[in-house]
Amino acid sequence: MAASTGRGAIAAQPRKRRSPYSGWFFLPAAIIYSVLFLAPTFASLYFSLTRWTLFDSVFIGLENFAQFFREPFLIQGLVNTVIYAVVTSGLKVVIGMALALLLTSQIVARGYLRSVIFFPVLVSTVGVGITFTVLMHPTQGMINQGLAMIGIAGPGWLVDPKLALYSVALVDVWKGVGLATVIYIAGVVAIPKDYFEAARIDGATKWQNFWYVTLPLMRPATATVITLSFIGGLRTFDLIWAMTRGGPGFASDTVASVIYKQYQAGFYGLSTAGNVVLFVLIAVLVVPLTMVLNRKQGHE
Amino acid sequence: MTKTKLTALMGASTLGLLLTASAVNAQQSGYLSFLIDNGPQSVAVAEAWVAAYTAKNPDVTIDIEVRPGGGEGDNIVKTRLATGAMADVFFYNSGSLFQAINPVQNLLPLTDEPFQANVQDSFKLVVSAGGDVYGAPFAPAMGGGILYNIPIYEELGLDIPKTWDEFMANNEAIKAAGKTAVIQTYADTWSSQLFVLADFYNVMAEVPDFAEKYTANEAKFATTPAALRGFEKLQEVFEGGYLNADFGAATYPDGIRMVATGEGAHYPMLTFGIGAIAETVPDHIQDVGFFAQPGDSADSNGLTTWMPDSIYVAKSTASPDLAKDFVGFVASPEGCDIRNEAVGATGPYMVAGCELPADVPPAVADMLPYFEAGGQNGPALEFLSPVKGPALEQITVEVGSGIRDAASGAALYDEDVRKQAQQLGLAGW
Repeated sequence: MAASTGRGAIAAQPRKRRSPYSGWFFLPAAIIYSVLFLAPTFASLYFSLTRWTLFDSVFIGLENFAQFFREPFLIQGLVNTVIYAVVTSGLKVVIGMALALLLTSQIVARGYLRSVIFFPVLVSTVGVGITFTVLMHPTQGMINQGLAMIGIAGPGWLVDPKLALYSVALVDVWKGVGLATVIYIAGVVAIPKDYFEAARIDGATKWQNFWYVTLPLMRPATATVITLSFIGGLRTFDLIWAMTRGGPGFASDTVASVIYKQYQAGFYGLSTAGNVVLFVLIAVLVVPLTMVLNRKQGHE
Repeated sequence: MTKTKLTALMGASTLGLLLTASAVNAQQSGYLSFLIDNGPQSVAVAEAWVAAYTAKNPDVTIDIEVRPGGGEGDNIVKTRLATGAMADVFFYNSGSLFQAINPVQNLLPLTDEPFQANVQDSFKLVVSAGGDVYGAPFAPAMGGGILYNIPIYEELGLDIPKTWDEFMANNEAIKAAGKTAVIQTYADTWSSQLFVLADFYNVMAEVPDFAEKYTANEAKFATTPAALRGFEKLQEVFEGGYLNADFGAATYPDGIRMVATGEGAHYPMLTFGIGAIAETVPDHIQDVGFFAQPGDSADSNGLTTWMPDSIYVAKSTASPDLAKDFVGFVASPEGCDIRNEAVGATGPYMVAGCELPADVPPAVADMLPYFEAGGQNGPALEFLSPVKGPALEQITVEVGSGIRDAASGAALYDEDVRKQAQQLGLAGW
């Protein structure tokens, strides 16, 4: 709105937008929101500043945060969390896109293959974790026994401190790639055929078709997949907990599992402080990321 | 093990036995809820007790509720106590974890109950707070040490080691014979702590005031050589190459099976593992023996002991008299007999008049001499100090699988301990 239009226009604006419903209609939603979301948020901000045993709490200022950042494994946990989020969301983008292109092409049993890809998304994460823990057992697991049959000595997937985090990340990708694929299928299907026809008239190769038409036009889908899987990766907990409990030692600890361990040990104030840290971490990483992704999309 | 020995060991008095018997006999009526953990042994013994008690008191109904064990179970207990929704009677740890459930505020004192006359004073110490006693023993006492496979020892002609050097020599001989010398089960991280925790008798033998100083922030694991030994032992066993190939992925049930069937020779464990052997591989119960974790000198060889878990009455209970009567029944010689029948004998009882059956498994028989006159035993650190760091199990996994060396593991644990001490509000931290 230009400044020169003056007061009249500003005054006229609200009347035009007036809602036909009275303000009271918002009250039930506002109450539910306050009770279920606002109150716990502010309560947890308060309790993060206390030493809290569930029976009573003592205000100790920022000491919990100081302690949390002194946690010997917090830094490793932070690094692990970011590695995990980058690895899982990166693989989900690449594999999801490849599968989407395959499953939108004219192949046999397309519907069946689509459902097979999507199936792991529906299974309980803890169930998947326990199943893969058994499969990845270093001596009795099916994966290493299979490798042994072709003469390869398989690694200790979950017990080698260098590998454990990546093994869990791979299982996460296996489980979550179906969702990325579905989003990408929707993205591919939504591209108007005209673009491909125009490209064919220009004599584009298959590769050029993909690089100059499909990929740019799928950017909204890519932005969605990256955002969802990156946030999912940052707050990942269930799969890590089911498969390694942050181990061996602390090798696959993420921020969420460090927090949970504090809670288990009865350090409720400390773990609440950790949740506040995780909340800030996700905001700091994801808000700029979505801004970048959405800005590029606007420029297309 | 003969009954006479045991009676002497427990310091039983026939008079006390008669007193308890008469106290339990009055008929009761009403309703109780009883919260236990989901361990198969806990469930089996709780069901046997409830069946026996309600048979004697037909007007009483007792509902058994089951919760998970470990840290998850701790949280359920704390939450239910904090919200006043605890079952009338429940089972929980004694010692350092007991102090964390705020007993004075949440539990009914049982100090003056007649059955306490038969409970050993050493047990009362670990369930007391603010001058009152709050619990009664739920199980026999335990020892922390090394379960070993008797057939392997016989086959290789090995002797029970009294010193750490002898133990390592045995390991070498077992390894040379192509067998697994030491079983570790790091998938269940709690089981990795035994080499450190069970070494505490040896620590106390060298530094008698360690527990006191440790609680007061004056002694550390990293800077007390005797205390550091536990971590070093863990490292030495790893470096010797004595472990089972799948030590990182094996679980506690695997360990129990392996030591019983001879897939491995030594398994550092608490003696409650004997109950699990009796249940899962009963054919091999005669093949498992037990000895205390060896120290540096044969003269001071002794057993680090764990007090049993305890049974408590919540302050919020609607029927305190009935609850107390039921607790008294559990902690009576009759309660012990029912336990022996339901899940077998795993160690000496903390209640005078309780007897072990004549045919206890060898591992239990091996444990008893440490409790007799002239035998040497001492409580684990968690019964002498309220401080136990929650990350010890992860740290011992690291040291025990070569990710970290003993010295830095001990230093890291000292860091972990500080957090717990601050949480408890202890002075000097």
